[in-house]
Amino acid sequence: MTISFEGRDIISIKDLTRDDILTVLRIAKQLKEKPQPTLLKNHVLATLFFEPSTRTRLSFETAMKRLGGTVIGFADANVSSASKGETLYDSIRIIGNYADVIAMRHPLEGAARRAAEATIKPILNGGDGANQHPTQTLLDLFTIHETQHKLKNLHIALVGDLKYGRTVHSLAQSMVHFPCHLHLVAPESLAMPVHIVHDLKKNHISFSLHHTFENILPKLDILYMTRIQKERFSDLLEYEREKNTYVITAAMLTGVKKNLRILHPLPRVNEIHPSVDETPYAYYFEQAENGVFVRQALLALVLGKLS
Amino acid sequence: MTAQTNNPKEIRVQAIKNGTVIDHLPAGFGLLVIKLLGGMPARKIVTLGTNLKSYARGTKDLIKIEDRELTKNEVDKIALIAPNATINIVRDYRVIKKIKPHLPETIKGAISCPNPRCITNHEAMTTMFHAHTNKKQVAILCHYCEKQFSQEEMVKYI
Repeated sequence: MTISFEGRDIISIKDLTRDDILTVLRIAKQLKEKPQPTLLKNHVLATLFFEPSTRTRLSFETAMKRLGGTVIGFADANVSSASKGETLYDSIRIIGNYADVIAMRHPLEGAARRAAEATIKPILNGGDGANQHPTQTLLDLFTIHETQHKLKNLHIALVGDLKYGRTVHSLAQSMVHFPCHLHLVAPESLAMPVHIVHDLKKNHISFSLHHTFENILPKLDILYMTRIQKERFSDLLEYEREKNTYVITAAMLTGVKKNLRILHPLPRVNEIHPSVDETPYAYYFEQAENGVFVRQALLALVLGKLS
Repeated sequence: MTAQTNNPKEIRVQAIKNGTVIDHLPAGFGLLVIKLLGGMPARKIVTLGTNLKSYARGTKDLIKIEDRELTKNEVDKIALIAPNATINIVRDYRVIKKIKPHLPETIKGAISCPNPRCITNHEAMTTMFHAHTNKKQVAILCHYCEKQFSQEEMVKYI
């Protein structure tokens, strides 16, 4: 079944059906295998980063340029009219008249949903506070499929900051469509929020809770590591206590399944030792590269150029 | 409908000629319901009875708003905090309609988002929540920041 994405906003992974997600992954694969350098010629993407994020912004901009489009925007709210007190609504209302599609990141939760009310141009949410980051989840799913050739019945461990990490929240929520066994590994103070655990239970997703991950490594197909995010802590003592709780090293990878792949939304700090980079299990750099193909797919879909 | 003392002749809350009577509110919820409905209506007489005797639950609150009939939308908002309330529309001293509030799917305005990092607390805009019940407990989900709040959390932000 072909689903029309033209004009749609991509705000939250929860807005996407299973078929929507599979469509994005299919188009991303097509574009990875067969680039289309003129597909979005004469189209303009605005990248509005009210909160700095080099990686996500460059990934969106690369995606647009590799499809032949052009990019306008800013990388820091201090250079936008937001610093003069302009409302987000007004900013988007105006920029929506300049661009064909908008990718944005904002420190406040719900900002992308609000922005979508100000313009008829599609909004791609590149992160709104600790809430949603749907393009990251789509690239995670793309990478899981690329490495495992399926999305269901896998053993996936989510490790680290499960309390503040929006990538792990969204990835866990997407399992509603692709049932896997989730191993949730976190210290007590950074455990998965109750409402997400409740969602998992409600949707009969099998999961288990752990404080350590050494014992479960031999079972895993995907080890999804996350950084303990200093910027999300109001209590720095708590951060210092937890920052080095989980570190994976090459030496720990003896006896793991051959198909195990280690993913990470990046940037990493200490949680993946550089010795892991040279093992066949490391896949986080390829994962980041896949972000460009997934964002290309979304741009092409919401602009109605592919379906 | 009127709450009375032991002396049947002594009427504590007077009957109204026209308007709305909101009865069977949990004790202490009367003021919250008035706030939920957008505050005291201008130039209308509002009578609030609190901790009145109730056969069913011991004590209750009751509100009488003169010369104003609540709309279905307003009545449904009451279900957020008092699903067992009864709303009587009165014309010429007679109850012409009894309405039971039904939990609305969405609630616009009336409640601020308890999440300080929600965009709705930083821009001049109307809040919006999706309501649902979970094990008979009312919960609301912010349309914008997607955070879920219990009734206990919600009442502090009406």
